[in-house]
Amino acid sequence: MIRHHLILRVVTKLLIGPIMLFALYVQFHGDYSPGGGFQAGVIMAVAFIIYGVVFGLATVQQVLPPWLVHKLLALGVIIYAGTGFASLFLGYAYLDYGAFSPAHPEHGQHWGILAVELGVGITVTGVMVAVYYAFAARTPMLSDEDW
Amino acid sequence: MATEVLPHTAMTLHDHLPMLQILVPFFAAPLIVFLGSRRLAWPVAFAASVISLVISWMLLMQVIDGGVITYHIGGWEPPLGIEYRIDAANAFVLFLVSAVSVVVLPFAKTSVADEVAARDHTLFYAAYLLCFSGLMGVAITGDAFNVFVFLEISSLSTYVLIASGAARDKRALTAAYDYLIMGTIGATFFVIGIGFLYMATGTLNMADLADRIGTQGGNRTVEAGFAFILVGVGLKLAFYPMHLWLPNAYTFAPSAISAFLAATATKVAVYVLLRFTFTVFSPAFQFEVLTLQFVIMPFALLAMFAASFVAVFQSDFKRMLAYSSIAQIGYMLLGICLLTETGLTAAIVHLFNHGITKAALFMAVGAYVLRNKDTFYNDICGMGRKMPWTSAAVVISGLSLIGVPGTAGFVSKWVLVQGALEKGWWPIATLVVASSLLAVVYVWRVIEVLYLQPARSDSTATEVPMSMLVPIWIAAIACIWFGIDTDTTLTAARSAAAGLLGTAGQ
Repeated sequence: MIRHHLILRVVTKLLIGPIMLFALYVQFHGDYSPGGGFQAGVIMAVAFIIYGVVFGLATVQQVLPPWLVHKLLALGVIIYAGTGFASLFLGYAYLDYGAFSPAHPEHGQHWGILAVELGVGITVTGVMVAVYYAFAARTPMLSDEDW
Repeated sequence: MATEVLPHTAMTLHDHLPMLQILVPFFAAPLIVFLGSRRLAWPVAFAASVISLVISWMLLMQVIDGGVITYHIGGWEPPLGIEYRIDAANAFVLFLVSAVSVVVLPFAKTSVADEVAARDHTLFYAAYLLCFSGLMGVAITGDAFNVFVFLEISSLSTYVLIASGAARDKRALTAAYDYLIMGTIGATFFVIGIGFLYMATGTLNMADLADRIGTQGGNRTVEAGFAFILVGVGLKLAFYPMHLWLPNAYTFAPSAISAFLAATATKVAVYVLLRFTFTVFSPAFQFEVLTLQFVIMPFALLAMFAASFVAVFQSDFKRMLAYSSIAQIGYMLLGICLLTETGLTAAIVHLFNHGITKAALFMAVGAYVLRNKDTFYNDICGMGRKMPWTSAAVVISGLSLIGVPGTAGFVSKWVLVQGALEKGWWPIATLVVASSLLAVVYVWRVIEVLYLQPARSDSTATEVPMSMLVPIWIAAIACIWFGIDTDTTLTAARSAAAGLLGTAGQ
């Protein structure tokens, strides 16, 4: 492998950490301030996508293999629906977050929204990465040398 | 800060039935992907369908006498929160969809193994369950915007399911793409329509919408909303001039999917139309009556003839059935356009009867595909002798498609003709009968090919395994059963029609 684009590689390595941290910030402050699962999921996916763009698909797939992406997609939905199931089995309506803290329904709302948004975030990360993999893994009809 | 906590009475599992109806198949879909096991995919899908069927039966029994069950998601009161609202009309649709799923899935196991690449099976069944729960969701919800959300869930997974027919024929990809474009335009129109209604009334709950439209009367915004919704749903249900996505989609989809979609997807769209024309709007809304009688009805009549006529000249069994579906939707729309209780009963009962008929026929097509690779008339000629059981089922359900007395198809056409005569529209009644003659022609062509032509000398076709024959015959026997025992379906359909027209208990 030819090691080119030195600056890009260094800057990317520096950025990936803060990007992920920012994603987590947006994720867990989503219920108070702008943000939430969708935005956080996209930002988190960006960390992986930029790694793939600069270092190649094979490298990023060592970190996050496609089978794991499939599991993440499903896991997020399971967390979301599972939160609903939990409230349902606690004797409340589906997704009635009051179930998680009957004495203080507002606290229950916080817990519920946190769990649900986490599910959204995981699924969105999975979807974005899966879309990137699907496009990037396509073999080009013409190889670079033929142009 | 002291907060006042309202005492909470715990809900029992029985109270949760409306939610579990959707939740069980919906939860099973990511579960299949998460497990990632090819062996577990089918059993999980089947178990979810069976549970859904049981729940839908319990719900139907609770509401068949005109009762209504509501469920508030997240404990938020409607009209602010999303409400699931079950009456006889949608309980009937829920039962149809889940029953078809339970019958088609055992058939799908063999058929899909043959038609879809093995590595796609887990994702295939996950998409199937999403489609299934989406269709159920459209039927169960009492929130106009939620209808759109579930419609999208079912549509997006339908595109995937149709495209998975590409292992057999690459044209499945273009068929799925066509449907994607048309389906998306349909969904856009639908949601624009809902946007107009929201603008005019400030609510999305169907019951509340009906209330407010009733008190404030019609205006341009509401009329535009109605028109957009009509076109949007029209695209989804392959209403005659907007049907062009359907023949390719049904022809190139895997056979099990054609059977499932033909029996459920367009039926659910018809239900949405019913719900919007009779619950959200009402026949008291003059604009609606005019649109139905002067725009929809001529096209419904045209569909009965034009699509049947095209079906006569097809050379592919599967494609012929697709065109016949478009014609049959004409009958349902005609029933709706009559705007009487009998007409509505006809539409609803035809929705059910045609569903089981088409399920039987498309499954038989799947059996021919398994043995002959294709269903062109010159591939399946002489199969009456080589595959006697499958072909006999084709004859029975073919008769039901025509509407021969003693079959399910007869019951619904009889009620439809009754409805037309009640209004004194005897020319319409004549047209219904005349278009059935075209059905005789296209069904006879198949029977002639199957029984009166010699099989090709290189044909090695044999009867399909039991796992396929049993579902085909369950559907075929249902065609006869509901043709003789008309009590169950007609009672449910009458009760549904009365509920929709608001004449229940009168």
